[in-house]
Amino acid sequence: MESLCTLTARETITKIMAGETTAKECVSSIFERVKEIEDKVHAYLTLTEKHAVEQAAEIDKKIARGRKVGRLAGVAVAVKDVICTKDIPTTCASRMLEKFVPPYDATVIEKMSMEDAVLIGKTNMDEFAMGSSTETSYFDATRNPWDLSRVPGGSSGGSSAAIIADAAILALGSDTGGSIRCPASFCSVTGLKPTYGLVSRYGLIAYANSLEQIGPITKDVYDCALLLSVIAGYDPRDSTSANLKAKDYTMFLKKSVRGIKIGVPKEFFGEGTTKDVAKIVWGGIEKLEALGASYEEISLPSLKYALPAYYLIAMSEASSNLARYDGVRYGYRISEEDLNWNTTFSKDRKVGFGPEVRRRIILGTFALSAGYYDQYYQKALKVRTIIRRDFEKAFKKFDVIIGPTMPIPPFKIGEKIKDPLTLYMCDVDTVPSNLYGGPAISIPCGFSGSLPTGMQIMAQPFREDLILRVSYAFEQNTSYHKHKPEL
Amino acid sequence: MTELQQLEVRIGLEIHAQLTALKSKIFCSCSNDYRGKEPNTVVCPICLGIPGALPVINEKAVELAIMVALALNCKISESTFFFRKNYFYPDMSKNFQISQYDRAGGIPLAVEGHVTATVNHDDKKIKIRRVHLEEDPARLVHPGPIDTSPYTLVDYNRSGIALLEIVTEPDLNSPKEARIFLRKLRSILEHLGVSDGSLEGAMRCDANISLLGGPRVEVKNISSFKEVERALRFEIMRQKDLMTRKAHVEHETRHWDELRRVTISLRTKEEEHDYRYFPEPDLMPITITRSMINRIKAHMPELPDARRDRFVKEYGLPAYDAEVLTSEKALADFFEKAVRLYPHPKEISNWMMTDFLRYLYEAELEITELKIKPADLVEMLKLIDKGVISGKIAKVVLREMIQTGKTPQQIVKEQGLLRIGGREELDKLAERVFAENAEAVRDALTDEKAAHYLIGQLMRITRGRADPELANEIILNKLAKLRKEQK
Amino acid sequence: MEKQFISKKQVEHIAWLARVELSEEEKELFTKQFNEILEYFRKIDELDTEKVPPTYHILDLTNIFRKDEVKPSLSKEDSTRNALKKEGMYLKAPKII
Repeated sequence: MESLCTLTARETITKIMAGETTAKECVSSIFERVKEIEDKVHAYLTLTEKHAVEQAAEIDKKIARGRKVGRLAGVAVAVKDVICTKDIPTTCASRMLEKFVPPYDATVIEKMSMEDAVLIGKTNMDEFAMGSSTETSYFDATRNPWDLSRVPGGSSGGSSAAIIADAAILALGSDTGGSIRCPASFCSVTGLKPTYGLVSRYGLIAYANSLEQIGPITKDVYDCALLLSVIAGYDPRDSTSANLKAKDYTMFLKKSVRGIKIGVPKEFFGEGTTKDVAKIVWGGIEKLEALGASYEEISLPSLKYALPAYYLIAMSEASSNLARYDGVRYGYRISEEDLNWNTTFSKDRKVGFGPEVRRRIILGTFALSAGYYDQYYQKALKVRTIIRRDFEKAFKKFDVIIGPTMPIPPFKIGEKIKDPLTLYMCDVDTVPSNLYGGPAISIPCGFSGSLPTGMQIMAQPFREDLILRVSYAFEQNTSYHKHKPEL
Repeated sequence: MTELQQLEVRIGLEIHAQLTALKSKIFCSCSNDYRGKEPNTVVCPICLGIPGALPVINEKAVELAIMVALALNCKISESTFFFRKNYFYPDMSKNFQISQYDRAGGIPLAVEGHVTATVNHDDKKIKIRRVHLEEDPARLVHPGPIDTSPYTLVDYNRSGIALLEIVTEPDLNSPKEARIFLRKLRSILEHLGVSDGSLEGAMRCDANISLLGGPRVEVKNISSFKEVERALRFEIMRQKDLMTRKAHVEHETRHWDELRRVTISLRTKEEEHDYRYFPEPDLMPITITRSMINRIKAHMPELPDARRDRFVKEYGLPAYDAEVLTSEKALADFFEKAVRLYPHPKEISNWMMTDFLRYLYEAELEITELKIKPADLVEMLKLIDKGVISGKIAKVVLREMIQTGKTPQQIVKEQGLLRIGGREELDKLAERVFAENAEAVRDALTDEKAAHYLIGQLMRITRGRADPELANEIILNKLAKLRKEQK
Repeated sequence: MEKQFISKKQVEHIAWLARVELSEEEKELFTKQFNEILEYFRKIDELDTEKVPPTYHILDLTNIFRKDEVKPSLSKEDSTRNALKKEGMYLKAPKII
């Protein structure tokens, strides 16, 4: 029999409810797989095997008694270590939070728990979500299962690697400037950044509050729609949460894209994009055309300012969000007792934070500082307005906007980490939707040699239905999502 | 200080008043009632600054703030939002304070108001620059004085309590004026029912002082309104002293040490106040509509000035008396309760304005700390009416009442203070006085003044309980009789 | 040397404002990297934003409030569990001066 860990969530649930297998078997299968591949991939920072197996057993009991179970009953979920889980270490892959154990669950964790999802562990990431390769993790980089000498993308590298390696059925990531979509593209999985405000940020350890969202990382589009349905919805604990009732996003999965109008900004195929990537993604767009959609090449000139605007805003917010890490209430604390608070805090943060985090904190502080605020932070906020206006105009004409998720295929570990700016440039295609606030997905679109390439589909705020519909149609008429690496 | 010198002192105050009337904190649902609780037991992820927690605005805090702004004759902003004030300090749970700002596009809740207070029998208008909402930091406890303590203990129970910040223009010209203004402000806040100034730490004040157009010195850490006058007096003296010695007054922030009664310079490198204000991304703007304001206006309690005017009209009190009685809410409440029980407002007012307040001051009690009730004062007045005690004795009784909290009946009984008004009894005692003071009697026959001595002796022998008029009459009659007999 | 957008001294000052200590090598390296990064960021100067309002919030929401109600606070264990230095129920922070 096919190993249970290779199933999708939909398949897992179907089999469990049909009595063909049990939650315990499914969850155990995952842990076996984890043991098989973790040495090579290093996707996880914490595993919760004992509790997960117990929980699965409880679910099986419920089912046996004919009691109702949740929509994700028995499904093994991996959660990026930036999301708070009560009584389970949550480190943000940082030495600063190495020993941090949250006293509460994030809203998304509560929601999944109510649907009987089984949390199996916390996944590796770039430190405090700052990075595009998972190389800044204090606990060593995750490897790309397609090629262990390459990065899985970041910052949700661990979650994406776990999914493609069948070491989790569903996963959660977070996306501030592409941190779900980038690793989804590099690992050949499906990753969705929801509309800003659709998913509660309560319990998401903040990097940049006005840009980020928690989102699903999954094996296919149906699973993505299913997980989104569970985690989305109004949360009174998050003041930036949209007052919308929960939807069942699986209802939007139709195979037809007839009549869908696609805009393709030429800026997404700009200078840094490799020929292979461009070829693969254009192939994807043409496939959609063949399925009944129409496309038009457009220009969104403000897009070339998206990257600097994004980084200025993100770093500024981050410099403030990370100020709380001083070692008093939680976090790394130096052992010397007799230094004053200024020196102690500065040393706690020197040792606790890696260089990329400290770089961004300092740059962000600079962008907000007296004399520079207008020129950097405030200016970036205005550029954000211009970019949003451009998108609003474009979406009057088009249903979706498509381009590559990443301008390049997965690069080698260590290749870009020494030069921060070249790493930042990788986000050029993903940051626009964080600035705009609209949803964006990355789906497997093909391979450059053996290296995955993802196609990004964007839409207007709260139009996840369009994105899922287009993605589903593409997926069901191709088979890229079925390819798995040999590990 | 001379009149001229007073004008050259400019004082501006920055008041922080806790909204003690609220049930919960400003951004979380922890209890507002934190005093006397074990440290760090009235905290939650939000006010502790735990990663991932998000603030949500307490609706009532906004309503109370609007009400105060109306009472201070301010312009209420149509739209207002929160900012982050970024700075590090051990009492900060996030190392930024959620507050409001009046620059860089920020609009505080209310601006440009004024308070009228009576200074030297004149109406003085003190302009209010702005009113806004913010959160209280934690409470620091030092084993020893702040500058020699080896470490700092932090209690976050106070962290997140709603604060109203009220900033005046530098319109105050002496410590006395500052005291009068603060008294008026406290009375307004208490009449509105938003803040109880008798609670420890509920009303704090920072002061800005400049002398003779010199540099502005900020004095912080003044823990109560009572301390303000002391701190200001010291600081003015310190600056005058420097100026007399032709030494330089630094533009700096100083810390008021309540125990040692001096301001000390906390001269650390962090004199630069670059707070890097930017709008709080986790909170949405507040729109204040006309109808909201009208609704709050309609339910506004009686303000001190209106109450003062009513006292003049309703009770026929002179303006000055009414002003004194309404200068403190508890005092005005006491007065009105007493009048309800004993409808002689002028009499009650006379007693309260003179002996009552004097004895209160002597006993170093706040009126809220009084054990006696209005009914007790009324009892005392009734005892005078019935002739049980004389007016003079009543003063003694009142003092005792205030100091011990005993009822007038108890005191009269315990100390045997019943008035001696019986002619027979007094006659007998007068005989004794005459017998014991033969020489004085001889003098008194010719000298008026010596008669007073005898009257005094009669009063003494009766321990003041004799009716003074009657005592007077009896002595003079006796003397007249003696004169007749001698002729 | 090209235009300097931030000097080493400024980097030191900002690092102090942010309470992040840097080693001497880091001060040198970061200054160099910051100048490269800021040069790239200054691209935004090309856009005319004279009449453009800044975007402070993405969603058009206002008056997001909660009722003035009390809910349970954290337990004693939970509130202090992550603090490394404590004295009784107080958290211990370094000295002020």
